[in-house]
Amino acid sequence: MNAKQSTALAIDVTGATVHYGPVLALDHASLQLGRGRVCGLVGMNGSGKSTLFKTIMGQIKPDTGSVRINGTDPLQARKSGQLAYVPQSEAVDWSFPISVREVVMTGRYGQMGWTRRAKKKDHAAVDEALERVELANFADRQIGQLSGGQKKRAFVARCIAQGASIMLLDEPFAGVDKRSEATITKLLREVADDGGSVLISTHDLHALPELADEAVLLMRKVLMHGDPDVVLQAENLALAFGLDPMKRGGK
Amino acid sequence: MNLIELLAEPLGYTFMVRALLVTIIAAALCAVLSCWLVLIGWSLMGDAVSHAVLPGVVLAYIAGAPFALGALVFGFLAVALIGGVRDTTKLKEDAAIGIVFTTLFSIGLVLISVTPSHVDLNHIIFGNLLGVSASDLWQVVLLGAITFAILVLKRKDFTLYAFDQTHAHALGMSPRLIGAVLLGLLAMTSVVALQAVGVILVVAMLIIPGATAYLLTDRFGKMLVIAPVLATCAGILGVYVSYYLDASTGGMVVLAQAMIFAIAYLFSPKQGLIATRLARKGRRKALAASR
Repeated sequence: MNAKQSTALAIDVTGATVHYGPVLALDHASLQLGRGRVCGLVGMNGSGKSTLFKTIMGQIKPDTGSVRINGTDPLQARKSGQLAYVPQSEAVDWSFPISVREVVMTGRYGQMGWTRRAKKKDHAAVDEALERVELANFADRQIGQLSGGQKKRAFVARCIAQGASIMLLDEPFAGVDKRSEATITKLLREVADDGGSVLISTHDLHALPELADEAVLLMRKVLMHGDPDVVLQAENLALAFGLDPMKRGGK
Repeated sequence: MNLIELLAEPLGYTFMVRALLVTIIAAALCAVLSCWLVLIGWSLMGDAVSHAVLPGVVLAYIAGAPFALGALVFGFLAVALIGGVRDTTKLKEDAAIGIVFTTLFSIGLVLISVTPSHVDLNHIIFGNLLGVSASDLWQVVLLGAITFAILVLKRKDFTLYAFDQTHAHALGMSPRLIGAVLLGLLAMTSVVALQAVGVILVVAMLIIPGATAYLLTDRFGKMLVIAPVLATCAGILGVYVSYYLDASTGGMVVLAQAMIFAIAYLFSPKQGLIATRLARKGRRKALAASR
């Protein structure tokens, strides 16, 4: 890792505006995330969370603004395997004929040759990732034969096997049991302690202070970005949700 | 007549040997490709592209160019038109597919009807397994080998494309490019298979084997073996039965594949109709006994 990379922001989105036809999805949204940080992305449905993810991933080119990943061009960052993504459950075909191990192995494709033939170090990375998410005993199951939490952990294992320095997770705690949530939270903290950066969109506001170092309140633009305890105060959430979703009253 | 004579007799005719070879190549190739088509949800797309190549093949015949070239051009034209109609109107994709491929297919039919030709171009539509010439056979072998090699060597990328395009994108790959390559291979495969069963029935060979294999296993690697093995067996069976019954060869090949699908549908150990019914009954009994 060179000097420039080690000081650069992990994610640097500046003034991104995105339209879907006439609909404004992102309005000059800016988000800076440093290394070794876990950041929770909070907002209503339709607040632009998925659009912001797609913009960071480079699936959408913003009308205005720019995206830098680890101080470099996003395509360059993707090609060097720095960006990993955990999809929403609804986006996955759970009856696909693929085993847990094979899913995790796809994390290694960027490091393989053009026929994607797995070498010893690839198998080792996959085994280690499966150990870390406690799925080693489930490695040969078809991916749909896992519980909700195990499914998420399989995809987190893919990010780990990939060795990505930035992880994007879209609603990782939806339909997930408490044990898996705790395992995933612990893992993401470890990733951050190793210098990785994690961006999570979540509806689970109660779990956020324990999980995240910082929180972002999104309503087409970034309304607030700071300490989770501050961002999640009732009057601030009211800005993004129009009510108090944590029902803590005036606390 | 004993079994060996029964199997050996047709092989005494060159046209039967060629028919069998073309059937085996086309069935195996289509079956491998069908594994991805079924999982991506491209069955209708396979239908569309395999029909839409018809005018391309006829024009290639008129121009004296390779069939594959015309098929590729019109295969991509069909996909582009379908995408265009879908994205610029409020029509859903199935409507766009229905409009585009029938239009292109009709252009092909009209072109055939007005093209003076010493070979019967209607063979492109219904297939002409028993009239495969030596040069036809070579074209099938060459195209089949190229397409098969690309499919097998890049199979992991195609499978990732089918399973998780976002992840492919995150790794810096181009899902659009992978999809385009797969569509190109679909057009090439259509050319190979139309020699065997004709344009109309190619879609059967592009869907049934993958669907059958999917009912029999939950590992993609096994699908890639099961599908071509079953499809090839069905193909050989179809050719022999058509020889002895003096029936449509292409039709028989597809019927044999459909029969194997029906068997898998009923008797697949895990996902078959009978196994799932029995399992449900067993659960009900266990529930009743526990009360």
